[in-house]
Formats: sequence, C-alpha cells, structure tokens
Amino acid sequence: MLKKCDDKLEFSKEENNRYILKLKDIKKAIIFLKEQQGYDFLVDITAIDYLNYKEPYPKRFAIIYLLKDKKFDNLIILKAYLDEDEIIDSITDLFKAANWSEREVWDQYGLKFKNHPNLKRILNHKEFIGHPLRKDYPITKGQLCTKTDDLMDEMTPRLKARGYENHEELMFLNLGPAHPASHGTIRTFVALEGETIVSAVSEIGYLHRGFEKSCENHTYNQIIPYTDRLNYCSAILNNIAFAHTVEGMLGVELPERGQFIRVIIGELSRVIDHLVCLAANLVDMGALTNYWYLYNPRETAYHLLSKLTGARLTNSYMRIGGITHDLYDGFEDDLKECIKDVQKGMDDSLSLIEHNRIFQDRAQNIGVVSADEAINRGWSGPNLRASGVNYDIRKVNPYYFYDTFEFDVALGSVGDVYDRMMVRFEEIRQSIKIITQAMKRLPKGDIRVADHRITLPPKKMVYSTIEGAINQFKLTYEGVKVPTGEYYRSIEAANGELGFYIASDGSGTPYRVKVRPPCFFAMSSLPDMVEGEMVADAVLDLGSLNIIAGELDR
Amino acid sequence: MAVSGEEAIFGDSVITTKLDSAIAWARESSMWPYIFGTACCAIEFMSVASSKFDISRFGAEVVRFSPRQADLLIIAGTISYKQAPILKRIYEQMTEPKWVVSAGACACSGGFYDNYTTLQGVDEIIPVDVYVSGCPPRPEAFLEGLIQIQKLQAKPGKYLQKRVEKEFKGKLDA
Ligand code: SF4
Repeated sequence: MLKKCDDKLEFSKEENNRYILKLKDIKKAIIFLKEQQGYDFLVDITAIDYLNYKEPYPKRFAIIYLLKDKKFDNLIILKAYLDEDEIIDSITDLFKAANWSEREVWDQYGLKFKNHPNLKRILNHKEFIGHPLRKDYPITKGQLCTKTDDLMDEMTPRLKARGYENHEELMFLNLGPAHPASHGTIRTFVALEGETIVSAVSEIGYLHRGFEKSCENHTYNQIIPYTDRLNYCSAILNNIAFAHTVEGMLGVELPERGQFIRVIIGELSRVIDHLVCLAANLVDMGALTNYWYLYNPRETAYHLLSKLTGARLTNSYMRIGGITHDLYDGFEDDLKECIKDVQKGMDDSLSLIEHNRIFQDRAQNIGVVSADEAINRGWSGPNLRASGVNYDIRKVNPYYFYDTFEFDVALGSVGDVYDRMMVRFEEIRQSIKIITQAMKRLPKGDIRVADHRITLPPKKMVYSTIEGAINQFKLTYEGVKVPTGEYYRSIEAANGELGFYIASDGSGTPYRVKVRPPCFFAMSSLPDMVEGEMVADAVLDLGSLNIIAGELDR
Repeated sequence: MAVSGEEAIFGDSVITTKLDSAIAWARESSMWPYIFGTACCAIEFMSVASSKFDISRFGAEVVRFSPRQADLLIIAGTISYKQAPILKRIYEQMTEPKWVVSAGACACSGGFYDNYTTLQGVDEIIPVDVYVSGCPPRPEAFLEGLIQIQKLQAKPGKYLQKRVEKEFKGKLDA
C-alpha cells in the first residue's frame, strides 16, 4: 500500500502487515496513510530494545506505530530502527493520542521526539534516573521518590494559552491522587476561577507496577496472574486478551467448548465491570442507593466466580491454549441466579434514574466529546461508542463465534456523561443476551488445545509415560515456546480495545510485551474535557470514562 | 456480679473502671477508617463496606476521606515509589492515637511486584500495626484485620504508648 505514496518511500514488508521504514520516512508514511488512505485511528506507539536479542539487529532500538483505518478492520504496523541518539519526529500534530504514548516511550526507553509539546516522564517519577524498559536496566533497581511534582511546568503554558498571565485571581486545587472521587490514584491538578475550571493537568503513574518489565522476566503462563491486575474489575477479560494473543502467535485455536466458556465468563466479567463503573459513577453524583442496587448483584457474581476459579477478583482462569478447568456441576443454575440478580439490580437502578430530572440535568451535555475527537484521541469501547462511533471488535473482527450470536451494539448520540453511562447499561443487557445464547449452545468436548507442548498433559500421562513427564517438566520450567516474531492482537474488553503487542525470540519468555490499555487514551483527554466545566462535573467526567488505575499505569 | 465496698452503694447502675479502659472501649467500637486504596485490593474493600459483609457491624463504617478525621489507616493496594511520599504525608496528617492496617500482599511486602517501581512493603516508610495477607484479602480477612486492631486497642495504654515512644525511622525520613 505504501507504494502508492508520492514521496517514494523505501520500505520492506514483513509478516502481519508490518512495514519496515527509514526513521526519517516514518512521519511521511503516517501522513500519507492518514490523509489519503483513511488510517485515522492510532492504536498505539511502542518501542523495543534489541540489546540482548539472540540475533543482532541493524540498530539497538525500534519504534513501532500501529494504525487502523476508518472501518477499524485493517491494521498496519510501521517500524523503524534507530539508535539512542537519533531523534524521532513527533506525530502529536496528527494524533492527539500520540502525546502520552510518545511520553511513555521517552520515559521507558529514553528515545527522544522532535516537536513534542512537553516531552517529560509519565509513568515513573520525576527523580527517576535511567529508563527502566531498557534491557540493561536491572528489574529490581528501585529509586526513592521524595517529592511530588508541582506540575506548574505544564500548567503555566496552558494558562498562558488561555490568556492568564498572572495567577493571582486563580485558585489551584489537586483532585487526587488520594481523593475519594479519583477512583484509584489519579491526580488532576486544576486552576479555578470560582468553581469553574479554567485549566487542568492530569498526572498518572501512581500505580505504575512495572507490568511490562515483569513480563520480560516470566514465562507466558506466569504472566497470566499479572494480567489479572491490569483491569482488576474484569480480570478474566485481560486473561483472555493475553492468552488469545499468544495463541495467535502459536497458530492454535481453542476447541469449541473452550471458546464458548471464554465467551460466557468474559461477558460476565464485562457485566461486573460495567456494574462497578455505574455504581461508582452514581455515588459520585450523590445517588447512593444505586450503589447498593448495582453492587449487591456483583457480590453474587463474585460468589459464582470464586466457586468456579477459586478467587473472587483475581481469577487467573485462562491458560495459554486453554482454561484451567471446566465448569462445575450446577454452574448453569448459579449463573441463572446471578443474571436474575443483575437484571433486578439494573431495573431497580434504572427506575430511579432513567426519568429522573436531577440525574438528567447532572449528566446530560457534560463532558461532551465528538466522534472525530474521540477517534483522534484513540478512544475505544463504550466511551467511543457513546460518541456515536460504531466500533466493537466483537462485530468488526469477530473471534470466538461472536458473529453467530445475536446482539446489538449500543451507540450514543451526544458523547456526554449520560451517553457513556447509558451505553454501559445497555451493554449489560446485550452481554446477558450473549451469555444466554452461549449457554444454550454450549457444546461438549475439550477445553484445551490437545498439543502438550502448549498445555499441560493430564496427570495420568505425567506419571505413567516418559513423554508426559518430559512435557510437564519442560512446560513448567521453560514455558510455552512461542515462535520467533512480532504480533499484535486485541479483543473487546470492558473498557475497549485491549491489545497486546508481543515480540518473541522463540523462548518460553516473551522478549517484549506491550499492552494497549484503553484507559490510557481516554485518560489523556480528561484535561481538555474538564476545562470550562465545574469541579463537580470533572468528577463525573472522570467516573464516566471508567479509568482503572491498574490498566492505566500498568 | 457481687460488688463490695463503695461500689455496692450504687447497685447495678454504675460500673467502675479505669479511665484508660473506658476510653479504649469507646474507641474500639467506633473506628473511623481512612482508606488508602490504590489498586485491586481497594475493590475488595468496597465489598467489605457494602451490605453483604457490612463493616458497620464492627463500628467502622464511617469512612473518612480526610486523614485529619480518621484514626485507622487501611492501606489497600500497591504502593509505588511515586506514591510513597503521599502515603507518608497522609499518615503524618492523622492525629494520635492512630492505627495502621496494611492489607494485601503488595502493601505488606510488594507482593509479586518485585521490581523497579514498587515499594517492598509500606513498613519501609511508615509503621504498621496489623498485616493482612491475601492478594487480594477476602472481605472476611479485612474484617479480621479490623478485629485485630480492636484487640490491640483493648490493651490499655501500654501498647500505644510504647509504639508512639518508639522512634520510627523510615526510608523517607532520612
Ligand atoms: S495484593 Fe494483589 S490484589 Fe492487592 S493490590 Fe496487590 S496485586 Fe492487587
């Protein structure tokens, strides 16, 4: 496709629609793709450090861009090699989504971008020295932080742009990181004129837990528990996203029953996630009763999950190439009970708010984000759909038989807090529809891939055959051997497009794992959303985006 | 109970005790927690507070969002180095007598995040009274942590006094 570009780009094409370009041509290619080919959705930007790679690469680092087109079904990957001292052209002028992503690349790898508005650290603290995702940075080398950033370096230019030269009239206020309405540890620093926010800056990274570095030090199956803790409100969906990506690299597919179980439990997780989001949102609005209505059914679901997986929250229910164990006897009845509870809670809550003037006034036309803006910012999931963009990976790139289930995609029309909440209510309904259909059609059979280089052999085989013993030993000690290559795959998680970009060197431990966290892109728009609004609205904006710190900061 | 001496004059209407014990008894059943919830553990705390597990059965449902009004700090979640100075400041803003529960593997020891960004246990920066295990702890375990604190409180005077007098020096106090 790049051949059509007038600028005569030099490139070579690799597998998975990946193009290798010269660093200086990257921006030209992106402009061409965006303006002439309709690739206007920036999925992610990431980098890889090839220092310890088994074969030498032309240069130490690579920078990688992932883009999708208007219909969201074509993914293109652009990649360029560079050394530490080379400078990359920033694409923040093309995609607002690039702003924070480029900062992350700088923070984690120390690669510089030209013309970036404010290239500073984002996940690690200000006093941090070095770049942790470089292969020569030791994983356990922690660095103390003694002070918090005052953020005035970001605030002053923003205020200036709005015509505030001196700040005497303004009041500065921190919303977070330790604040009841900050939903975890997110900090938004605002400048107020009366109760109106004239300028805002968000700081994240308070829950940066080194997920990606930890991945490089564990085998594929050992990473599953780490994925639980990305979006901990719907742990199983993260498990699925990761396992699904690795299975794609291995070129295997789960047996039908396995796929159906993933659909059922995955959708149930989506329901729980939305319930927590809505409950918290309504509490922020002062509608406390809804919290109980929406929260208690979640308790039933947790009970079911702990019966099924042994844990309430951090389930680790998936494995590469399978599922830990099959559904238990009586699961169907428990599930029915659970769905009944959810429906009741939802109806109760909706009956309180749906036609409630206070709720509508509070939520409508607050934090409006247009469709174009949302796409440019890299939004996905319910937030994007609330702005009226019909993008649901379950429909666009169906996996696990999603194309055979009957369900609707809920869309909003305005893109305000109200739409984002109502879309979630509707999605709960649709998920229940999918669960019911999947339960009816649930086939019998295996839940794991039969290849014992990928999934553990049955215990009987381990104890009685030499082959089984070897399989067990190798899988446990060395991990699943994933073929050399780089690969991206994503699923529709509760918050949107949750994808993994994995680079493998053929061993049982990934060489590099990059998560594409949907929250990250939603959160980067918060400062612009809240400017001009009241403080109380900022709280709703944040809540309606459903920012989960674990996924945001990783 | 048969009472003799002066107390007998009042019959059953008066109980005599030490002032310390009376205060401890009152405090014990009305703890005001401040939740320093950062991660997954905080989601489980939400369950502790909601109707099924109901922390108010133990008199600790008045969750405060200002450290100045709280006497129990519950740390639920991973504390990163970036977060550490904030946690310390919140702890310092609480007035004595104050108690600290470190809930979950991460807060207690860094959990399975043995890496460049995670503090390997909050006791590196502030003193901790009770550790609750689990990743995340089940709601019952959270409640058990609270009960443990109540037990410590019931020990009149001494425990707290000892702790306040013992100088704590954390990594950020240097
Ligand atoms: S202890 Fe486990 S559940 Fe709790 S914050 Fe840490 S990782 Fe999350």
